[in-house]
Amino acid sequence: MNPADFQLDPVLKRLFGGVLVLLVVASGVGAVLSRRARTDAARAGMRNFNDRTRAWWVMAGVFALALVVGRTGTVVLFGLLSFLALREFVTLTPTRRGDHRTLFWAFFVAVPLQYWFVWKQWYGMFVILIPVYAFLFVPLRSALAGDCRGFLERTAKIQWALMVCVYCVSHAPMLLALDIPGYHGSRMALPLFLVLVVQLSDVFQYAWGKTLGRHRMVPDVSPNKTWEGFVGGILTATAVGTALWWATPFNPWQAALVSLLVCLMGFAGGLVMSAIKRDRGVKDYGALIEGHGGVMDRIDSICFAAPVFFHVIRFFWT
Amino acid sequence: MKGDFVAFLGRLATGARSRWLGCEPDTRQRIYFANHTSNLDALVLWSVLPSAVRALTRPVAARDYWTGGFVRPWLAREVFDAVLIERKKPTAHDNPLADMIVALGDRHSLILFPEGGRSSGPEPGPFKGGLHHLAVRRPDVEFVPCFIENMNRILPKGELLPVPVLGGVTFGTPIRVEPAETKPAFLERARRAVIALSNG
Repeated sequence: MNPADFQLDPVLKRLFGGVLVLLVVASGVGAVLSRRARTDAARAGMRNFNDRTRAWWVMAGVFALALVVGRTGTVVLFGLLSFLALREFVTLTPTRRGDHRTLFWAFFVAVPLQYWFVWKQWYGMFVILIPVYAFLFVPLRSALAGDCRGFLERTAKIQWALMVCVYCVSHAPMLLALDIPGYHGSRMALPLFLVLVVQLSDVFQYAWGKTLGRHRMVPDVSPNKTWEGFVGGILTATAVGTALWWATPFNPWQAALVSLLVCLMGFAGGLVMSAIKRDRGVKDYGALIEGHGGVMDRIDSICFAAPVFFHVIRFFWT
Repeated sequence: MKGDFVAFLGRLATGARSRWLGCEPDTRQRIYFANHTSNLDALVLWSVLPSAVRALTRPVAARDYWTGGFVRPWLAREVFDAVLIERKKPTAHDNPLADMIVALGDRHSLILFPEGGRSSGPEPGPFKGGLHHLAVRRPDVEFVPCFIENMNRILPKGELLPVPVLGGVTFGTPIRVEPAETKPAFLERARRAVIALSNG
């Protein structure tokens, strides 16, 4: 797909148009409410809201650009996200001197290789590189370094980091490789649909939780997650996903079920990543994105939603 | 310009961020002293300083390391304006402390690693006496303890290839020699000030 095709693709155009409207509305609301904020707490809250909105403009712009460039752009973007997420994850995970070269392999061999297979759309290698070959290689390389202290724990942490930050995330661009009989829309619509529904689910959960949240779900893991935010956010995002059925290979009720599934998986991802942060005693994985924290804080829900979304489509639609 | 670009690359490669806990960035004369675990330490501490402060701040570095190859001498001379010193025992006409006093002048700041070499333990080793000497000779200069984080994970001693873990530099409260404080007491207090930042 090249930019000329994009010009002709009305589905993507309409989706981008919808995102644009959302961002303009969010910026407008942010500007009006900041002017009305009277207390310091309200002003701080609005500053965070505006930081987040500004970051959303940048993130949406980068993502749109990658999709417009096509398969290569999308694969490169998700490859970079994996690399940055892995970087934040490994920083937070205590490793030892003996893991140095294993980590070098993880960053500079496993990540590029996985995304090369995605780009080649070589499903057989894409699906086993990390669960089989990296899984076996990681402990071997660390064992060769000759440090046994906490060996299993260190190995498991590196394997887990690769699975979550690289393997899981890479399922989003791999959606472009799915050949769905009878579906003649844009392939770019699938990753866009996934990211849109999952991220909106995060935003709506946050919004419902802030306004109506009373009953905390798992206060020891994530004090901001409430039942009200969970139900409201997931239902709202599922409704949006359902309304976008025309952009996907799904009919409306299929779109509703798939949206519900990815919202639930996204919630699971956010919760699990919060548990790790809490255990390490930090609030965010990084500070790359103003108002949001690190890359990992933004894509934690994608990590869990992307593989399930991919395999559900692959199983039922191809 | 050159400096800003190298500093940008340094921050990009190490992902380093600065945390100013005990003081604010300032162009007043300072000696930043830090733990030393990696050859990247001088680069990263220098890179996270704001541009105006960085332009006046010169790392003190070992001549034998920074004159090897092509890139390092260029960086040391053209970019860092490094103060290159001999690591072997000082003699009367080749005393690194005299070089540092001259390098400070009346407007520069220095980056110093008072352990004298890289340590591979979790805590910095004992500090060498030069820090005390400088503190006595230049009581007007602020001595800022700094803790450099994760550089030993990015490029540990003895490794050639870096791993892109995120680093960081924490700046603490400046210290000075107290009246009647002995040299070993001051050096140990300075070392403790660096270690204290590692848990902050």
